[in-house]
Amino acid sequence: MGADLGLRSTAGRQTSRRRPGRPQLIRAAVITVLLLFVLFGFPQLLSLYYIDTMTQVAVYSMVTLALGVLVGRVGLVSLGQVAVLAIGAWVAARLLFATAQPYPVILLEAGLITMVAGMVTGLPALRLRGLYLALITLMLAGAITVVLATVNFPNGGHGFLGYNGSLVHIPPIRRPSVAGSDPAYFRYAVIVAILMFLLVLAHTKTKPGRAWAAIRQSEPAALAAGINTTLYKLWALALASFITGVAGGVLAGAVHYLYSIGFPTQDSITLLAVTLMGGVYSMWGAVVAALLYQFLPALLNNWGVSADWLTILFGLGVLQVLTTAPAGLADQVPKDLARLARLLSRLLSRLLGRRTPAPGKTT
Amino acid sequence: MIEVEGLTVRYGGVTSLDDMSLTFEQGTCGLIGPNGAGKTTFFNVLSGFVRPAAGTVRAFGVDLLSMAHFRRARWGVRRTFQTEQAIEELSVFDNVAMVHEHSKLGAATRKGDVLDAIGFVGLDADPDARIRTLTAGQRRLVEVARAVVGRPRLVLLDEPAAGLPDEETSHLADVIRGIPEHTGALTILVDHDMSLVSACCTTTAVLDFGKLIASGPTAAVLRDDDVIRAYLGVA
Repeated sequence: MGADLGLRSTAGRQTSRRRPGRPQLIRAAVITVLLLFVLFGFPQLLSLYYIDTMTQVAVYSMVTLALGVLVGRVGLVSLGQVAVLAIGAWVAARLLFATAQPYPVILLEAGLITMVAGMVTGLPALRLRGLYLALITLMLAGAITVVLATVNFPNGGHGFLGYNGSLVHIPPIRRPSVAGSDPAYFRYAVIVAILMFLLVLAHTKTKPGRAWAAIRQSEPAALAAGINTTLYKLWALALASFITGVAGGVLAGAVHYLYSIGFPTQDSITLLAVTLMGGVYSMWGAVVAALLYQFLPALLNNWGVSADWLTILFGLGVLQVLTTAPAGLADQVPKDLARLARLLSRLLSRLLGRRTPAPGKTT
Repeated sequence: MIEVEGLTVRYGGVTSLDDMSLTFEQGTCGLIGPNGAGKTTFFNVLSGFVRPAAGTVRAFGVDLLSMAHFRRARWGVRRTFQTEQAIEELSVFDNVAMVHEHSKLGAATRKGDVLDAIGFVGLDADPDARIRTLTAGQRRLVEVARAVVGRPRLVLLDEPAAGLPDEETSHLADVIRGIPEHTGALTILVDHDMSLVSACCTTTAVLDFGKLIASGPTAAVLRDDDVIRAYLGVA
């Protein structure tokens, strides 16, 4: 029987399986250079308008990252992420007005409180999947939006809600002392986003990531592998809520003033659309989605074009992704670019081949 | 040893398993019958996916039905599915390691146990290879490796040879025959390929419309008139 032979051959291969190869090292180097350029190049090159926009991109990349964990990793479709973001922003704003705690501590607390809120509201919905889960989360988001519209966002007032109804002498939500200016706060937001991406990476490359992959493909197979599917779904929900809560905290400092009108329920649908377009299976997809969600409207506004056109564009984009590129733009664009490069290279070599006569045919 | 007593499963008005009482002793046992006979339902009961209307199942003295489904896998109930379920997103190694890391076994033995399982099934593929790069036969072997990694007590194989060519079925038969000796687990094989069942199973039980119609040594069961009439057919 070939079993022994198989054991020897696989064991031999196993010794090198955890060593990072050259492509991985190049990839890590490219990502590092790119991040350094974003952190230090963007504030020098961009106007304040675009720096603020890119801060929003950093914030929403965390939200789409969290949504990507739910949709792409576990297969849970949530239409309530904007409401979760609003909870994070509310908690952070309340703590920022009420306490003098350092900003990172506030972000951590906002993340943890939002995580608990997300788990409590999401737990009953975990028995559902697909359209029904999406519907339930949308309804929950609607309910949270109604509550927030009633209690309002904290604005330096007193009491549990911290709301000053007179709307005079409203102080702005403070920022960290090291990141008071817009460029500095942009860097701060990017660093927080990087930490959140690393947190997700630490999950996807380890035991939870494998469990989520199994649950997404086949829940019976996951159960047959001994995976407590309820626990791991709840874990994903907790992680997504935590990250979105932290994003809410960063958003609070970015905009200084929060209003419930800034968190409409229907934005959760647009968020899901751009997350699908960006790509739910890769973390780059979250960045692409945030660029689509925040940078593209800002660009159109700057050009004097109504951002309402984006609704049509996103609709077409989702259609295109669902029919031709399920892994999203983050997967499709590099492949298309590589295809284009190969095509151009072939064309170029043909052109050069025609102009340069072959050595044997010169006489 | 598995002792099944009065096991009954109903889906609405359909009785999928009807008062099934049977003992699977040791080694590799076969479970055969026509489509819809209740074979997969029986596996689903053992795995915890289906709650029976009545009956008990004791596996090595433990009341299996009182355990949560994911705990059964951790305890040692492993299975493959009719439709192969290797996890596409993961590598061969991670597919097998996933089962090990959710068992009661420690991380210290994981790498060795996983490679042992991959080697045991004779899977000639890089452990780092993605599942989507494998052939159908190799994917089946990944599933079997998942079922035998660590210390399984009960291995349920649901039509593992479905769609495989003769050569791969023959290799699979060698692997299945080796499972009890390699792991100490009781193995139950469901398949429509009678040559595979004959080659692997010392004893075999036959279901028809949810009822147990025969059980005993495989050769005798396959000659049983009721079995021939209900399932094998008359030449």
